[in-house]
Amino acid sequence: MDEQAELQEFQARIARGEKIEPGDWMPEEYRKQLIRMISQHAHSEIVGMLPEGAWITRAPTLRRKIVLLAKVQDEGGHGQYLYHAAETLGATREEMIDALLAGKAKYSSVFNYPSLTWADMGMIGWLVDGAAIMNQTMLAHCSYGPYSRAMVRICTEETFHKKQGMEQVIKYARGTPQQKAMVQDALNRWWAPSLMMFGPHDSDSPNSAQLIAWGVKTKTNDELRQEFINKMVPDLQLLGLKIPDPNLHYDETSGNWITSEIDWDEFWRVVKGDGPCNRERLAARRQAHENGAWVREALNAYAEKYEQ
Amino acid sequence: MPNDSLAQKILTLADDSFILGHRNSEWAGHAPILEEDIAFANLALDELGHAHLWYELYQELTGVEPDRVVFFRDANEWRNTQFVELPKGDWAFSMTRQYLFDLYENVLLEKLVNSTNERVRGIATKIRAEEIYHLRHTSNWVKRLGLGTDESHARMQNALNELWASALQLFVPLENETELIDANIFPDLKTLRDEWQDKTVSHLSASGLIVPRVLEPRAISRAQHTEHLAELLNDMSSVARLEKFGVEW
Repeated sequence: MDEQAELQEFQARIARGEKIEPGDWMPEEYRKQLIRMISQHAHSEIVGMLPEGAWITRAPTLRRKIVLLAKVQDEGGHGQYLYHAAETLGATREEMIDALLAGKAKYSSVFNYPSLTWADMGMIGWLVDGAAIMNQTMLAHCSYGPYSRAMVRICTEETFHKKQGMEQVIKYARGTPQQKAMVQDALNRWWAPSLMMFGPHDSDSPNSAQLIAWGVKTKTNDELRQEFINKMVPDLQLLGLKIPDPNLHYDETSGNWITSEIDWDEFWRVVKGDGPCNRERLAARRQAHENGAWVREALNAYAEKYEQ
Repeated sequence: MPNDSLAQKILTLADDSFILGHRNSEWAGHAPILEEDIAFANLALDELGHAHLWYELYQELTGVEPDRVVFFRDANEWRNTQFVELPKGDWAFSMTRQYLFDLYENVLLEKLVNSTNERVRGIATKIRAEEIYHLRHTSNWVKRLGLGTDESHARMQNALNELWASALQLFVPLENETELIDANIFPDLKTLRDEWQDKTVSHLSASGLIVPRVLEPRAISRAQHTEHLAELLNDMSSVARLEKFGVEW
Protein backbone atom coordinates (compact mmCIF):
# COMPACT_ATOMS: atom_id res chain seq x y z
CA MET A 1 0.00 0.00 0.00
CA ASP A 2 1.20 3.51 -0.66
CA GLU A 3 1.25 6.10 2.10
CA GLN A 4 -2.00 7.72 0.96
CA ALA A 5 -3.86 4.41 1.07
CA GLU A 6 -2.36 3.57 4.45
CA LEU A 7 -3.46 6.92 5.79
CA GLN A 8 -6.98 6.37 4.51
CA GLU A 9 -7.13 2.93 6.06
CA PHE A 10 -5.79 4.38 9.33
CA GLN A 11 -8.49 7.08 9.38
CA ALA A 12 -11.11 4.48 8.54
CA ARG A 13 -10.02 2.29 11.43
CA ILE A 14 -10.31 5.23 13.79
CA ALA A 15 -13.73 6.08 12.38
CA ARG A 16 -14.82 2.48 13.05
CA GLY A 17 -13.66 2.91 16.66
CA GLU A 18 -10.84 0.37 16.35
CA LYS A 19 -7.78 0.71 18.54
CA ILE A 20 -4.39 1.34 16.95
CA GLU A 21 -1.85 -1.10 18.40
CA PRO A 22 1.97 -0.81 18.67
CA GLY A 23 2.97 -2.69 15.50
CA ASP A 24 0.28 -1.07 13.34
CA TRP A 25 0.93 1.50 10.66
CA MET A 26 0.42 5.05 11.90
CA PRO A 27 1.29 8.50 10.57
CA GLU A 28 4.60 9.78 11.92
CA GLU A 29 2.85 12.82 13.38
CA TYR A 30 0.40 10.59 15.27
CA ARG A 31 3.33 8.72 16.79
CA LYS A 32 5.08 11.97 17.71
CA GLN A 33 2.01 13.57 19.26
CA LEU A 34 1.31 10.46 21.32
CA ILE A 35 4.88 10.20 22.56
CA ARG A 36 4.66 13.88 23.53
CA MET A 37 1.35 13.43 25.35
CA ILE A 38 2.11 10.14 27.05
CA SER A 39 5.59 11.14 28.20
CA GLN A 40 4.27 14.47 29.51
CA HIS A 41 1.65 12.52 31.34
CA ALA A 42 4.26 10.15 32.79
CA HIS A 43 6.44 13.09 33.85
CA SER A 44 3.43 14.69 35.53
CA GLU A 45 2.96 11.58 37.64
CA ILE A 46 6.63 11.54 38.62
CA VAL A 47 6.89 15.23 39.43
CA GLY A 48 3.47 15.00 41.05
CA MET A 49 4.97 12.70 43.67
CA LEU A 50 6.91 15.65 45.10
CA PRO A 51 4.35 18.17 46.42
CA GLU A 52 2.41 15.42 48.19
CA GLY A 53 5.42 13.31 49.08
CA ALA A 54 6.68 16.22 51.14
CA TRP A 55 3.74 15.78 53.55
CA ILE A 56 3.99 12.01 54.16
CA THR A 57 6.16 12.55 57.22
CA ARG A 58 3.65 15.07 58.62
CA ALA A 59 0.37 13.24 58.00
CA PRO A 60 -1.67 13.74 61.17
CA THR A 61 -2.98 10.20 61.69
CA LEU A 62 -1.64 6.75 61.05
CA ARG A 63 -4.37 6.10 58.53
CA ARG A 64 -3.74 9.35 56.64
CA LYS A 65 -0.05 8.56 56.53
CA ILE A 66 -0.62 5.14 55.00
CA VAL A 67 -3.19 6.49 52.54
CA LEU A 68 -0.92 9.34 51.41
CA LEU A 69 2.12 7.12 51.00
CA ALA A 70 0.00 4.66 49.01
CA LYS A 71 -1.21 7.51 46.84
CA VAL A 72 2.29 8.74 46.10
CA GLN A 73 3.30 5.17 45.36
CA ASP A 74 0.35 4.84 42.96
CA GLU A 75 1.63 7.91 41.13
CA GLY A 76 5.02 6.25 40.69
CA GLY A 77 3.20 3.20 39.36
CA HIS A 78 1.23 5.33 36.91
CA GLY A 79 4.46 6.96 35.74
CA GLN A 80 6.03 3.58 35.15
CA TYR A 81 2.98 2.29 33.30
CA LEU A 82 2.87 5.38 31.10
CA TYR A 83 6.59 5.26 30.29
CA HIS A 84 5.99 1.71 29.10
CA ALA A 85 3.07 2.89 26.97
CA ALA A 86 5.33 5.51 25.38
CA GLU A 87 8.02 2.87 24.84
CA THR A 88 5.61 0.96 22.61
CA LEU A 89 5.92 3.92 20.22
CA GLY A 90 9.71 3.74 20.09
CA ALA A 91 10.69 6.23 22.80
CA THR A 92 13.11 5.01 25.47
CA ARG A 93 12.79 5.67 29.19
CA GLU A 94 16.29 7.22 29.23
CA GLU A 95 15.46 9.68 26.44
CA MET A 96 12.25 10.68 28.14
CA ILE A 97 13.85 11.13 31.55
CA ASP A 98 16.80 13.01 30.09
CA ALA A 99 14.36 15.37 28.37
CA LEU A 100 12.58 15.95 31.67
CA LEU A 101 15.78 16.60 33.59
CA ALA A 102 17.12 18.88 30.88
CA GLY A 103 13.95 20.96 31.23
CA LYS A 104 12.94 20.16 27.63
CA ALA A 105 9.89 18.05 28.38
CA LYS A 106 6.77 19.48 29.92
CA TYR A 107 4.66 18.15 32.76
CA SER A 108 1.46 19.35 34.32
CA SER A 109 2.04 22.92 35.51
CA VAL A 110 -0.14 22.42 38.53
CA PHE A 111 2.75 20.68 40.26
CA ASN A 112 4.76 23.87 40.06
CA TYR A 113 2.62 25.34 42.82
CA PRO A 114 3.69 24.75 46.41
CA SER A 115 1.80 22.61 48.93
CA LEU A 116 1.82 24.81 52.02
CA THR A 117 -0.45 23.17 54.56
CA TRP A 118 -1.88 19.75 55.30
CA ALA A 119 -5.28 20.84 53.90
CA ASP A 120 -3.57 21.01 50.50
CA MET A 121 -3.50 17.21 50.54
CA GLY A 122 -7.30 17.18 50.55
CA MET A 123 -7.62 19.99 48.02
CA ILE A 124 -5.07 18.48 45.61
CA GLY A 125 -6.86 15.15 45.83
CA TRP A 126 -10.26 16.61 45.10
CA LEU A 127 -9.47 19.41 42.63
CA VAL A 128 -6.27 18.30 40.92
CA ASP A 129 -7.04 14.59 40.77
CA GLY A 130 -10.65 15.46 39.95
CA ALA A 131 -9.52 17.58 37.00
CA ALA A 132 -7.05 14.90 35.93
CA ILE A 133 -9.80 12.27 35.99
CA MET A 134 -11.97 14.30 33.60
CA ASN A 135 -9.12 14.43 31.14
CA GLN A 136 -8.17 10.80 31.67
CA THR A 137 -11.73 9.49 31.38
CA MET A 138 -11.76 11.06 27.95
CA LEU A 139 -8.35 9.59 27.11
CA ALA A 140 -9.57 6.13 28.13
CA HIS A 141 -11.45 6.22 24.81
CA CYS A 142 -8.33 7.30 22.96
CA SER A 143 -7.56 5.56 19.67
CA TYR A 144 -4.12 4.31 20.76
CA GLY A 145 -4.64 0.95 22.53
CA PRO A 146 -1.84 1.03 25.13
CA TYR A 147 -2.63 4.60 26.18
CA SER A 148 -6.33 3.90 26.38
CA ARG A 149 -5.81 0.79 28.52
CA ALA A 150 -3.36 2.63 30.76
CA MET A 151 -5.99 5.30 31.30
CA VAL A 152 -8.66 2.79 32.29
CA ARG A 153 -6.39 1.35 34.92
CA ILE A 154 -5.09 4.69 36.15
CA CYS A 155 -8.58 6.22 36.37
CA THR A 156 -9.68 3.50 38.74
CA GLU A 157 -6.93 4.42 41.18
CA GLU A 158 -7.33 8.16 40.64
CA THR A 159 -10.97 7.82 41.58
CA PHE A 160 -9.85 6.57 44.99
CA HIS A 161 -7.47 9.50 45.33
CA LYS A 162 -10.21 11.93 44.50
CA LYS A 163 -12.57 10.34 47.06
CA GLN A 164 -9.88 10.50 49.73
CA GLY A 165 -9.29 14.16 48.92
CA MET A 166 -12.98 14.96 48.97
CA GLU A 167 -13.40 13.17 52.28
CA GLN A 168 -10.69 15.36 53.79
CA VAL A 169 -12.03 18.61 52.39
CA ILE A 170 -15.51 17.79 53.73
CA LYS A 171 -14.10 16.94 57.14
CA TYR A 172 -12.06 20.12 57.42
CA ALA A 173 -14.84 22.33 56.02
CA ARG A 174 -17.00 21.04 58.88
CA GLY A 175 -14.13 20.89 61.36
CA THR A 176 -12.55 23.24 63.88
CA PRO A 177 -12.12 26.96 63.07
CA GLN A 178 -8.47 26.27 62.34
CA GLN A 179 -9.27 23.40 59.97
CA LYS A 180 -11.91 25.51 58.21
CA ALA A 181 -9.47 28.38 57.70
CA MET A 182 -6.86 25.96 56.44
CA VAL A 183 -9.11 24.35 53.87
CA GLN A 184 -10.46 27.71 52.65
CA ASP A 185 -6.89 28.92 52.21
CA ALA A 186 -6.10 25.75 50.26
CA LEU A 187 -9.06 26.37 47.95
CA ASN A 188 -7.95 29.98 47.45
CA ARG A 189 -4.58 28.78 46.23
CA TRP A 190 -5.55 25.68 44.22
CA TRP A 191 -8.70 26.86 42.43
CA ALA A 192 -7.05 28.81 39.61
CA PRO A 193 -4.21 26.33 39.03
CA SER A 194 -6.72 23.50 38.77
CA LEU A 195 -8.69 25.38 36.07
CA MET A 196 -5.44 25.94 34.21
CA MET A 197 -4.85 22.18 34.18
CA PHE A 198 -7.16 21.86 31.18
CA GLY A 199 -4.71 23.84 29.09
CA PRO A 200 -5.06 26.96 26.93
CA HIS A 201 -8.30 28.05 25.28
CA ASP A 202 -9.26 25.95 22.26
CA SER A 203 -8.31 28.90 20.07
CA ASP A 204 -4.74 28.77 21.46
CA SER A 205 -4.40 25.00 21.40
CA PRO A 206 -2.72 24.21 18.07
CA ASN A 207 -2.82 20.41 18.40
CA SER A 208 -6.43 20.01 19.49
CA ALA A 209 -8.19 19.75 16.12
CA GLN A 210 -5.78 17.13 14.81
CA LEU A 211 -5.91 15.14 18.04
CA ILE A 212 -9.69 15.09 17.87
CA ALA A 213 -9.60 13.98 14.23
CA TRP A 214 -7.31 11.13 15.22
CA GLY A 215 -9.58 10.05 18.02
CA VAL A 216 -6.93 10.81 20.65
CA LYS A 217 -9.09 13.45 22.29
CA THR A 218 -12.85 13.55 22.08
CA LYS A 219 -13.45 16.85 23.87
CA THR A 220 -11.74 20.22 23.76
CA ASN A 221 -9.92 21.90 26.63
CA ASP A 222 -12.67 24.45 27.14
CA GLU A 223 -15.41 21.81 27.12
CA LEU A 224 -13.65 19.75 29.77
CA ARG A 225 -12.88 22.82 31.87
CA GLN A 226 -16.53 23.93 31.80
CA GLU A 227 -17.69 20.44 32.83
CA PHE A 228 -15.26 20.54 35.74
CA ILE A 229 -16.38 23.99 36.88
CA ASN A 230 -20.06 23.03 36.68
CA LYS A 231 -19.39 19.99 38.79
CA MET A 232 -17.14 21.57 41.42
CA VAL A 233 -18.86 24.90 42.12
CA PRO A 234 -22.07 23.54 43.68
CA ASP A 235 -20.19 20.89 45.67
CA LEU A 236 -17.73 23.38 47.15
CA GLN A 237 -20.46 25.93 47.88
CA LEU A 238 -22.54 23.30 49.62
CA LEU A 239 -19.71 22.89 52.11
CA GLY A 240 -19.74 26.60 52.86
CA LEU A 241 -16.45 27.18 51.06
CA LYS A 242 -16.02 30.41 49.14
CA ILE A 243 -14.71 30.09 45.61
CA PRO A 244 -12.02 32.75 45.13
CA ASP A 245 -13.58 34.47 42.12
CA PRO A 246 -15.64 37.68 42.56
CA ASN A 247 -17.13 37.31 39.08
CA LEU A 248 -18.34 33.75 39.46
CA HIS A 249 -22.00 33.49 38.48
CA TYR A 250 -24.54 31.08 37.12
CA ASP A 251 -25.74 31.59 33.58
CA GLU A 252 -29.38 30.47 33.28
CA THR A 253 -29.35 30.29 29.49
CA SER A 254 -26.38 27.96 29.09
CA GLY A 255 -26.69 26.27 32.48
CA ASN A 256 -23.00 26.98 33.03
CA TRP A 257 -21.12 28.51 35.92
CA ILE A 258 -19.11 31.38 34.46
CA THR A 259 -15.73 32.24 35.96
CA SER A 260 -13.39 35.17 35.47
CA GLU A 261 -10.94 34.94 32.64
CA ILE A 262 -7.97 32.80 33.64
CA ASP A 263 -4.74 34.69 34.18
CA TRP A 264 -3.10 33.52 30.98
CA ASP A 265 0.06 35.50 31.62
CA GLU A 266 0.60 33.43 34.75
CA PHE A 267 -0.37 30.27 32.86
CA TRP A 268 2.29 30.79 30.18
CA ARG A 269 4.86 31.94 32.69
CA VAL A 270 4.50 28.66 34.63
CA VAL A 271 4.40 26.57 31.45
CA LYS A 272 7.62 28.21 30.31
CA GLY A 273 9.40 27.34 33.54
CA ASP A 274 8.92 30.42 35.66
CA GLY A 275 6.30 29.24 38.15
CA PRO A 276 6.66 29.28 41.92
CA CYS A 277 8.28 25.82 42.10
CA ASN A 278 9.51 24.86 38.62
CA ARG A 279 13.16 25.12 39.61
CA GLU A 280 12.64 23.34 42.89
CA ARG A 281 10.77 20.43 41.31
CA LEU A 282 13.34 19.87 38.59
CA ALA A 283 16.17 20.26 41.08
CA ALA A 284 14.61 17.55 43.26
CA ARG A 285 14.29 15.20 40.29
CA ARG A 286 17.85 15.92 39.17
CA GLN A 287 19.17 15.37 42.64
CA ALA A 288 17.40 12.02 42.98
CA HIS A 289 18.79 11.07 39.58
CA GLU A 290 22.35 12.14 40.40
CA ASN A 291 22.30 10.58 43.87
CA GLY A 292 21.11 7.37 42.28
CA ALA A 293 23.78 7.25 39.57
CA TRP A 294 26.13 5.00 41.57
CA VAL A 295 23.22 2.65 42.29
CA ARG A 296 22.33 2.27 38.63
CA GLU A 297 26.00 1.77 37.74
CA ALA A 298 26.25 -0.95 40.38
CA LEU A 299 23.19 -2.74 39.01
CA ASN A 300 24.65 -2.68 35.51
CA ALA A 301 28.05 -3.85 36.71
CA TYR A 302 26.47 -6.69 38.66
CA ALA A 303 24.36 -7.74 35.69
CA GLU A 304 27.44 -7.76 33.45
CA LYS A 305 29.50 -9.79 35.88
CA TYR A 306 26.97 -12.31 37.10
CA GLU A 307 23.92 -12.44 34.89
CA GLN A 308 25.44 -12.95 31.44
CA MET B 1 -0.99 -13.38 82.76
CA PRO B 2 1.96 -10.99 82.30
CA ASN B 3 -0.15 -8.36 80.56
CA ASP B 4 1.97 -5.38 81.42
CA SER B 5 5.19 -6.91 80.17
CA LEU B 6 3.35 -8.07 77.07
CA ALA B 7 2.09 -4.54 76.41
CA GLN B 8 5.62 -3.15 76.84
CA LYS B 9 6.96 -5.75 74.43
CA ILE B 10 4.25 -5.11 71.84
CA LEU B 11 5.01 -1.40 72.01
CA THR B 12 8.65 -2.05 71.10
CA LEU B 13 7.60 -4.05 68.05
CA ALA B 14 5.13 -1.36 66.99
CA ASP B 15 7.58 1.50 67.51
CA ASP B 16 10.41 -0.21 65.61
CA SER B 17 8.21 -0.93 62.61
CA PHE B 18 6.62 2.50 62.69
CA ILE B 19 9.81 4.53 62.85
CA LEU B 20 11.46 2.40 60.18
CA GLY B 21 8.41 2.77 57.92
CA HIS B 22 8.45 6.50 58.55
CA ARG B 23 12.13 6.80 57.66
CA ASN B 24 11.74 4.71 54.52
CA SER B 25 8.74 6.75 53.40
CA GLU B 26 11.16 9.67 53.04
CA TRP B 27 12.44 7.98 49.86
CA ALA B 28 9.10 8.30 48.06
CA GLY B 29 9.81 10.32 44.94
CA HIS B 30 13.58 10.36 45.56
CA ALA B 31 14.69 6.74 44.95
CA PRO B 32 17.51 5.93 42.50
CA ILE B 33 15.18 4.18 40.04
CA LEU B 34 11.44 4.50 39.52
CA GLU B 35 10.92 0.81 40.25
CA GLU B 36 12.31 1.42 43.73
CA ASP B 37 10.17 4.50 44.29
CA ILE B 38 7.41 1.94 44.05
CA ALA B 39 8.98 -1.07 45.77
CA PHE B 40 10.58 0.77 48.68
CA ALA B 41 7.36 2.69 49.29
CA ASN B 42 5.71 -0.70 49.45
CA LEU B 43 8.12 -1.88 52.13
CA ALA B 44 7.46 1.33 54.06
CA LEU B 45 3.72 0.83 53.72
CA ASP B 46 4.02 -2.71 55.00
CA GLU B 47 6.06 -1.58 58.02
CA LEU B 48 3.50 1.10 58.84
CA GLY B 49 0.74 -1.46 58.41
CA HIS B 50 2.51 -3.90 60.74
CA ALA B 51 3.00 -1.14 63.28
CA HIS B 52 -0.72 -0.44 63.09
CA LEU B 53 -1.54 -4.06 63.88
CA TRP B 54 0.76 -4.03 66.91
CA TYR B 55 -0.60 -0.65 68.09
CA GLU B 56 -4.12 -2.08 67.91
CA LEU B 57 -3.06 -4.93 70.13
CA TYR B 58 -1.38 -2.41 72.42
CA GLN B 59 -4.70 -0.57 72.61
CA GLU B 60 -6.49 -3.80 73.55
CA LEU B 61 -4.00 -4.30 76.37
CA THR B 62 -3.78 -0.73 77.66
CA GLY B 63 -6.75 1.19 76.28
CA VAL B 64 -4.52 3.80 74.61
CA GLU B 65 -5.48 4.66 71.03
CA PRO B 66 -2.87 4.19 68.26
CA ASP B 67 -2.99 7.82 67.11
CA ARG B 68 -2.41 9.03 70.64
CA VAL B 69 0.54 6.69 71.03
CA VAL B 70 2.04 7.81 67.74
CA PHE B 71 1.38 11.55 67.68
CA PHE B 72 1.18 12.56 71.32
CA ARG B 73 4.26 11.00 72.91
CA ASP B 74 7.57 12.73 73.41
CA ALA B 75 10.88 11.18 72.41
CA ASN B 76 11.68 9.74 75.85
CA GLU B 77 8.41 7.78 75.79
CA TRP B 78 9.20 6.01 72.52
CA ARG B 79 10.48 2.43 72.72
CA ASN B 80 12.06 1.93 69.31
CA THR B 81 15.72 1.11 68.90
CA GLN B 82 18.16 3.82 67.86
CA PHE B 83 18.84 1.60 64.85
CA VAL B 84 15.57 2.57 63.14
CA GLU B 85 15.59 6.28 64.02
CA LEU B 86 18.91 7.13 62.36
CA PRO B 87 18.41 9.37 59.30
CA LYS B 88 17.88 7.53 56.02
CA GLY B 89 21.40 8.24 54.75
CA ASP B 90 22.23 7.09 51.24
CA TRP B 91 20.59 4.21 49.39
CA ALA B 92 23.21 1.79 50.76
CA PHE B 93 22.43 2.83 54.32
CA SER B 94 18.66 2.52 53.98
CA MET B 95 18.92 -0.76 52.11
CA THR B 96 21.37 -2.32 54.57
CA ARG B 97 19.22 -1.25 57.50
CA GLN B 98 16.07 -2.66 55.92
CA TYR B 99 17.89 -5.92 55.14
CA LEU B 100 19.19 -6.33 58.71
CA PHE B 101 15.74 -5.53 60.05
CA ASP B 102 13.99 -7.91 57.65
CA LEU B 103 16.22 -10.74 58.75
CA TYR B 104 15.57 -9.94 62.39
CA GLU B 105 11.83 -9.92 61.74
CA ASN B 106 12.06 -13.19 59.82
CA VAL B 107 13.78 -15.08 62.62
CA LEU B 108 11.47 -13.49 65.18
CA LEU B 109 8.24 -14.11 63.29
CA GLU B 110 9.18 -17.70 62.59
CA LYS B 111 8.90 -18.18 66.35
CA LEU B 112 6.01 -15.81 67.01
CA VAL B 113 3.69 -17.74 64.70
CA ASN B 114 3.79 -20.41 67.42
CA SER B 115 3.26 -18.03 70.33
CA THR B 116 0.89 -19.24 73.04
CA ASN B 117 -0.85 -15.86 72.81
CA GLU B 118 -3.54 -16.10 70.16
CA ARG B 119 -3.46 -12.42 69.16
CA VAL B 120 0.33 -12.37 68.84
CA ARG B 121 0.15 -15.55 66.80
CA GLY B 122 -2.50 -14.09 64.49
CA ILE B 123 -0.64 -10.86 63.81
CA ALA B 124 2.69 -12.65 63.36
CA THR B 125 1.16 -15.00 60.80
CA LYS B 126 -0.22 -12.09 58.81
CA ILE B 127 3.01 -10.10 58.91
CA ARG B 128 5.28 -13.01 58.16
CA ALA B 129 3.79 -13.56 54.71
CA GLU B 130 4.92 -10.07 53.71
CA GLU B 131 8.25 -10.14 55.47
CA ILE B 132 9.36 -13.12 53.41
CA TYR B 133 9.04 -10.93 50.31
CA HIS B 134 10.84 -8.06 52.01
CA LEU B 135 13.79 -10.24 52.79
CA ARG B 136 13.95 -11.59 49.26
CA HIS B 137 13.94 -8.06 47.89
CA THR B 138 16.51 -6.59 50.27
CA SER B 139 18.81 -9.66 50.12
CA ASN B 140 18.99 -9.24 46.36
CA TRP B 141 19.84 -5.58 46.70
CA VAL B 142 22.57 -6.27 49.27
CA LYS B 143 24.16 -8.75 46.90
CA ARG B 144 23.96 -6.46 43.87
CA LEU B 145 25.36 -3.44 45.67
CA GLY B 146 27.94 -5.44 47.61
CA LEU B 147 29.29 -7.02 44.42
CA GLY B 148 28.47 -4.20 41.97
CA THR B 149 31.14 -1.52 41.62
CA ASP B 150 33.96 -0.40 43.92
CA GLU B 151 31.86 2.56 44.92
CA SER B 152 28.74 0.57 45.73
CA HIS B 153 30.83 -1.92 47.66
CA ALA B 154 32.50 0.83 49.68
CA ARG B 155 29.17 2.48 50.45
CA MET B 156 27.69 -0.84 51.57
CA GLN B 157 30.67 -1.60 53.78
CA ASN B 158 30.40 1.88 55.35
CA ALA B 159 26.73 1.41 55.95
CA LEU B 160 27.31 -1.96 57.57
CA ASN B 161 30.08 -0.55 59.76
CA GLU B 162 27.79 2.22 60.94
CA LEU B 163 24.71 0.06 61.43
CA TRP B 164 25.93 -3.19 62.91
CA ALA B 165 26.28 -2.18 66.55
CA SER B 166 22.97 -0.32 66.41
CA ALA B 167 21.25 -3.36 64.95
CA LEU B 168 22.37 -5.46 67.91
CA GLN B 169 20.05 -3.40 70.11
CA LEU B 170 17.15 -5.30 68.50
CA PHE B 171 18.27 -8.32 70.55
CA VAL B 172 18.45 -6.64 73.96
CA PRO B 173 15.61 -8.05 76.10
CA LEU B 174 13.32 -5.85 78.15
CA GLU B 175 13.45 -5.99 81.93
CA ASN B 176 10.58 -8.40 82.45
CA GLU B 177 11.01 -10.35 79.29
CA THR B 178 11.66 -13.68 81.05
CA GLU B 179 7.97 -13.77 82.05
CA LEU B 180 7.04 -13.77 78.39
CA ILE B 181 9.64 -16.36 77.51
CA ASP B 182 8.51 -18.63 80.33
CA ALA B 183 4.92 -18.37 79.15
CA ASN B 184 6.04 -19.21 75.59
CA ILE B 185 4.56 -15.98 74.34
CA PHE B 186 7.90 -14.66 73.10
CA PRO B 187 11.09 -16.45 72.08
CA ASP B 188 14.39 -15.87 73.82
CA LEU B 189 16.22 -13.11 71.95
CA LYS B 190 19.60 -14.67 72.76
CA THR B 191 18.83 -17.67 70.58
CA LEU B 192 17.40 -15.43 67.89
CA ARG B 193 20.53 -13.32 67.84
CA ASP B 194 22.68 -16.37 67.09
CA GLU B 195 20.44 -17.41 64.27
CA TRP B 196 20.29 -13.88 62.88
CA GLN B 197 24.04 -13.51 63.11
CA ASP B 198 24.71 -16.79 61.28
CA LYS B 199 22.34 -15.86 58.48
CA THR B 200 23.49 -12.26 58.07
CA VAL B 201 27.18 -13.14 58.21
CA SER B 202 26.71 -15.82 55.59
CA HIS B 203 24.80 -13.59 53.16
CA LEU B 204 26.92 -10.51 53.77
CA SER B 205 30.14 -12.47 53.20
CA ALA B 206 28.73 -13.90 49.99
CA SER B 207 28.03 -10.29 49.02
CA GLY B 208 31.67 -9.36 49.58
CA LEU B 209 31.04 -7.53 52.84
CA ILE B 210 32.79 -7.90 56.16
CA VAL B 211 30.79 -7.91 59.36
CA PRO B 212 32.41 -5.66 62.00
CA ARG B 213 33.86 -7.42 65.01
CA VAL B 214 31.52 -5.77 67.44
CA LEU B 215 29.60 -7.74 70.00
CA GLU B 216 28.11 -5.01 72.16
CA PRO B 217 25.01 -3.12 71.05
CA ARG B 218 25.53 0.63 70.69
CA ALA B 219 22.61 1.29 73.02
CA ILE B 220 20.85 -0.81 75.63
CA SER B 221 17.84 1.05 76.96
CA ARG B 222 15.01 1.70 74.55
CA ALA B 223 14.19 4.84 76.52
CA GLN B 224 17.41 6.44 75.32
CA HIS B 225 17.46 7.97 71.89
CA THR B 226 19.65 9.92 69.55
CA GLU B 227 18.82 13.56 68.82
CA HIS B 228 17.37 12.38 65.51
CA LEU B 229 14.24 10.97 67.12
CA ALA B 230 13.12 14.27 68.65
CA GLU B 231 13.65 15.94 65.29
CA LEU B 232 11.65 13.26 63.52
CA LEU B 233 8.81 13.52 66.04
CA ASN B 234 8.67 17.32 65.88
CA ASP B 235 8.15 17.18 62.17
CA MET B 236 5.85 14.16 62.33
CA SER B 237 3.41 15.53 64.88
CA SER B 238 3.41 19.14 63.69
CA VAL B 239 0.00 18.84 62.01
CA ALA B 240 -1.59 16.43 64.49
CA ARG B 241 -0.69 18.72 67.39
CA LEU B 242 -2.34 21.78 65.83
CA GLU B 243 -5.45 20.45 67.53
CA LYS B 244 -5.95 18.54 70.74
CA PHE B 245 -6.12 14.76 70.59
CA GLY B 246 -9.52 13.57 69.49
CA VAL B 247 -10.09 16.15 66.75
CA GLU B 248 -10.55 14.23 63.54
CA TRP B 249 -8.24 14.67 60.62
